[in-house]
Amino acid sequence: MRSYLVRRFLMAIPVILGILIVTFTIARLIPGDPCHSALGEHATEAACASFAARMGLDKPILVQLGIYMENILFRGDFGDSIRYSRPVSTLLIERLPVTLELGTAAILLAVLVGVPAGILSAVRRNSGVDVATMMGANIGVSMPVYWLGLMLAFVFAVYLKDTPFALPPSGRMTAGLLPAPFYEVWGWNLARGSFAYLIADFISNFAVFNSIITAQWEVLKDALAHLILPAVALSTIPLAIIARITRSSMLEVLGREYVRAARAKGVAERNVVMKHAFRNALLPVVTVIGLQTGTLFAGAVLTESIFGFSGVGRALFDAITGRDYPIIQAFTVVIAIGYVFINLVVDISYAFLDPRIKLS
Amino acid sequence: MTSVAPYIAKPTTGKANSPAQLLDVKGLKTYFFTEDGVVTAVDGVSFSVFPGEIFGLVGESGCGKSVTSLSIMRLVDPPGEVVEGEVLLEGEDLRLKTASGMTKVRGRQISMIFQQPKSSLNPVFPIGDQIVEVFDIHENLDKEQAWQRAVDLLRMVGIPDPERKASAYPHELSGGQAQRVMIAMALALKPKLIIADEPTTALDVTIQAQILDLLRKLSSQTGTSVILITHDLGIIAEMADRVAVMYAGQIVEQTDTRTLFANPLHPYTQGLHASVPVLGQVKDRLEVIPGSVPNLIGVSGHCRFAPRCRAREQYGLSICWDVEPSLISVDPGHTVRCWLYEDHEGHKPPLKKR
Amino acid sequence: MSAQTDLITADTGVTALNTRSLGSLTLRRLFKQRNALLGMAILLALVIVAALAPLIAPYDPEQVLIGIEPVERRENPCIHLFGCPADKPKHIMGIDGNFRDQFSRIIYGTRISLFIGFTTIGLAVIVGTAIGAFSGYVGGWADNLIMRLMDVILAFPSFLLAIFIITVLGRGLQNALYAIAVVNIPVFARLVRASVLSLKEQEFVSASRALGAGHFRLLFVRIFPNATPPLIVQSSLSIASAILEAAALSFLGLGAQPPTPEWGTMLGSERNQVFTSPHLVFFPGIAIMITVLAFNLLGDGLRDAMDPRLAQISNKK
Repeated sequence: MRSYLVRRFLMAIPVILGILIVTFTIARLIPGDPCHSALGEHATEAACASFAARMGLDKPILVQLGIYMENILFRGDFGDSIRYSRPVSTLLIERLPVTLELGTAAILLAVLVGVPAGILSAVRRNSGVDVATMMGANIGVSMPVYWLGLMLAFVFAVYLKDTPFALPPSGRMTAGLLPAPFYEVWGWNLARGSFAYLIADFISNFAVFNSIITAQWEVLKDALAHLILPAVALSTIPLAIIARITRSSMLEVLGREYVRAARAKGVAERNVVMKHAFRNALLPVVTVIGLQTGTLFAGAVLTESIFGFSGVGRALFDAITGRDYPIIQAFTVVIAIGYVFINLVVDISYAFLDPRIKLS
Repeated sequence: MTSVAPYIAKPTTGKANSPAQLLDVKGLKTYFFTEDGVVTAVDGVSFSVFPGEIFGLVGESGCGKSVTSLSIMRLVDPPGEVVEGEVLLEGEDLRLKTASGMTKVRGRQISMIFQQPKSSLNPVFPIGDQIVEVFDIHENLDKEQAWQRAVDLLRMVGIPDPERKASAYPHELSGGQAQRVMIAMALALKPKLIIADEPTTALDVTIQAQILDLLRKLSSQTGTSVILITHDLGIIAEMADRVAVMYAGQIVEQTDTRTLFANPLHPYTQGLHASVPVLGQVKDRLEVIPGSVPNLIGVSGHCRFAPRCRAREQYGLSICWDVEPSLISVDPGHTVRCWLYEDHEGHKPPLKKR
Repeated sequence: MSAQTDLITADTGVTALNTRSLGSLTLRRLFKQRNALLGMAILLALVIVAALAPLIAPYDPEQVLIGIEPVERRENPCIHLFGCPADKPKHIMGIDGNFRDQFSRIIYGTRISLFIGFTTIGLAVIVGTAIGAFSGYVGGWADNLIMRLMDVILAFPSFLLAIFIITVLGRGLQNALYAIAVVNIPVFARLVRASVLSLKEQEFVSASRALGAGHFRLLFVRIFPNATPPLIVQSSLSIASAILEAAALSFLGLGAQPPTPEWGTMLGSERNQVFTSPHLVFFPGIAIMITVLAFNLLGDGLRDAMDPRLAQISNKK
């Protein structure tokens, strides 16, 4: 078991290095000199000189790659944003929590709805429920997320305005609502810019989490209300895919001999499905949940820009519009590495779900 | 379709003195409603099992013997369906039970052993837990007691180091060990009847004998009756008290084991015999039954074995193609379904004793 | 124990009947094939619409109607059947922000989306097949290196990588096509490589080799035909996602540029008007959805129809 975990960890390393090499290579393919693409078209000569020195632009390309990797992996230094004129890393601290919260809400929704729907579909295969669920899933994967987001915003903010179902169509929170970060509420005295401050600040940017631990219920209510529509839009595709894979995996398992054997020893149908079959059907479902979590963060680019969410997706969208290459590069790297880690977690969870894996 | 009057044979071996049959299957019909037509997998099967006996059900693959056992347990998956007949367990019709009533019968009164022991155990749970589950469903035992009994059962079926093995997962067992675990699970609550569906087919030849010995020993100790389903006449000879031979969804011959081997009446049974090599007896070649099991769609209206029957050609019988024979008694405790022995308008059975 | 002769083979026939329940599978297959049929029908309709776009569309997709007809900017759909005054010109999907007939733009958009789907995946299939076949056929370190590169590309969420590639190449429909093709290559490379590997050692290939068939002959005559069915299935599903991704890129302003009547571009340029003129967002989205749905249904149906396990069971009958 331990060797399996260690091996999986080690296997992630070359992939992460590969990601850095690929992004470095693509970034170097940007037409024009690296300085102006990294610092913007209006960068001064002096700024370019210092940039060239810092990145080792006068050195061989492989040394440059080394510097690039070192900066990212050991210093968390992704360079400075052109548009915001500040380190990309501080932007990440501010914005990553917003996206993580949205992504978590979306994947929770997708799992909590998709898995039961898939199970129900499998148990009642070819029934009306099954046909409807699968048609819904097909439509779900075919829908443009941003379109769904816009339509949801229209329906809940305009069409259902002044009804109890009205929901805010944009922003992380109502303007003017300023939630107090937990470290201020608890009277912590943190030096601005210190490492502890950065961590605390990072954590306090999880709006829902922060308002729960500090009991700011009004803020929580507002934050959740703003979260619903984007989370629903973002969850559609993963939900549909999870429902489909759960169904097919359950169908496969329900035909297995141990399921019949379980029935033969008197296990009630409910437990046959939920205990004997579901545990075995989980593996592909977990794989897909992992894969979808990764794609979810890419989908956040679209969802966040539609709902005015100031997360990394929105920042990336703005960066695309403003040709802010350092941000694009940094966020691509961060999301890709996050994706690698999610898949790692999935692989590790296999070892807990399937006893047969421990041996191999 | 001729309806078959249930024929009840008295056990010829002295084992069970109790005259009342434990299981009484009457006119059981299980059909599969497929797109290509209705598959008459089990078509009017009747037999009885007496307390304490081992009842053999023998036939080729696809003859309906497994479907018969699943029909008794009410475990036939759609599009299959039991359409007719009674399955009386101590006089109570299992077909009339509610779904939850039926789960109380399964595992507690009738349990099953399957052909593929390793794939019949759930791969994600330790085997001890899977045995404990039986106690959990049917008896209110506390966890530790149940676990202890599971360990005892594993010891009883000859699993070495049962305390430790109880925490093992199915993939850590050999096929033989897995079948021992299945037997332990089947015997956990001392059921009245065990249905063993090809219990040794997937196992090595040396292991087969051990498993069969174990099954025989434990069933006689607990007084459990066994329905032993197999394609292997050798196993029947060693194990069974009485035998029913199935062909194409019907029983074609039923008698006690000794008589079946000494005096097989149905041409199919005779064919099965001739195709089994006998130690010490030199034959030029083993007989084979020509042809294969018919596809069971629309086969009624004639003898189902007719297309493959040599006796039909030998005796020049034409009735075989026109009328379906019924299961008749030729000797006490010996029934057969064949026109060689049965009277019919304008047909004189060539081999009828009188 | 010679008496154990397996005169009668194991009870596989009936077991298969029970565990896989033949009929329900057939039913399921039929159900799936109904999906495939639906997919094919929609696709056929889309191809016809694309081919006959000039006949179906009442206006030129880029024609600005200001001064030609009495229309207002972003006017709601005018359908006479639903009570639009008869003296007003008919615009069943309304007028867009540049005084153009949206229906005509949607119709012409079909051409672009189908074009995007087929060219990107066509390119990805060709390049991916070449890479996968080469990699699988030569094996060794080259195979290893190529496949690790494919792994790295797959390590990125594909949409994100496409964005990144376009920011480098520059925006525009053509570059968006390249980007989408690139991110789709690994799937096909892996698929073809797997087929090549599994077929390479099979008897009929060894036999051909023994008969002196050359490498290329082997690849093209023996191996490719066997790798084709999974390729077709994957292509259909990939076309669906390529269309979806291309529309998303255009929505972000990275793909087709206005005034091209591309659905994603149309959606993107009117996104801020969703509260006042929802029809300008609604119809392009529906068009994308229907097109993507067609390829998804088709791909799923094909996969089920080609599933070897299913094929096996249908052979048994």
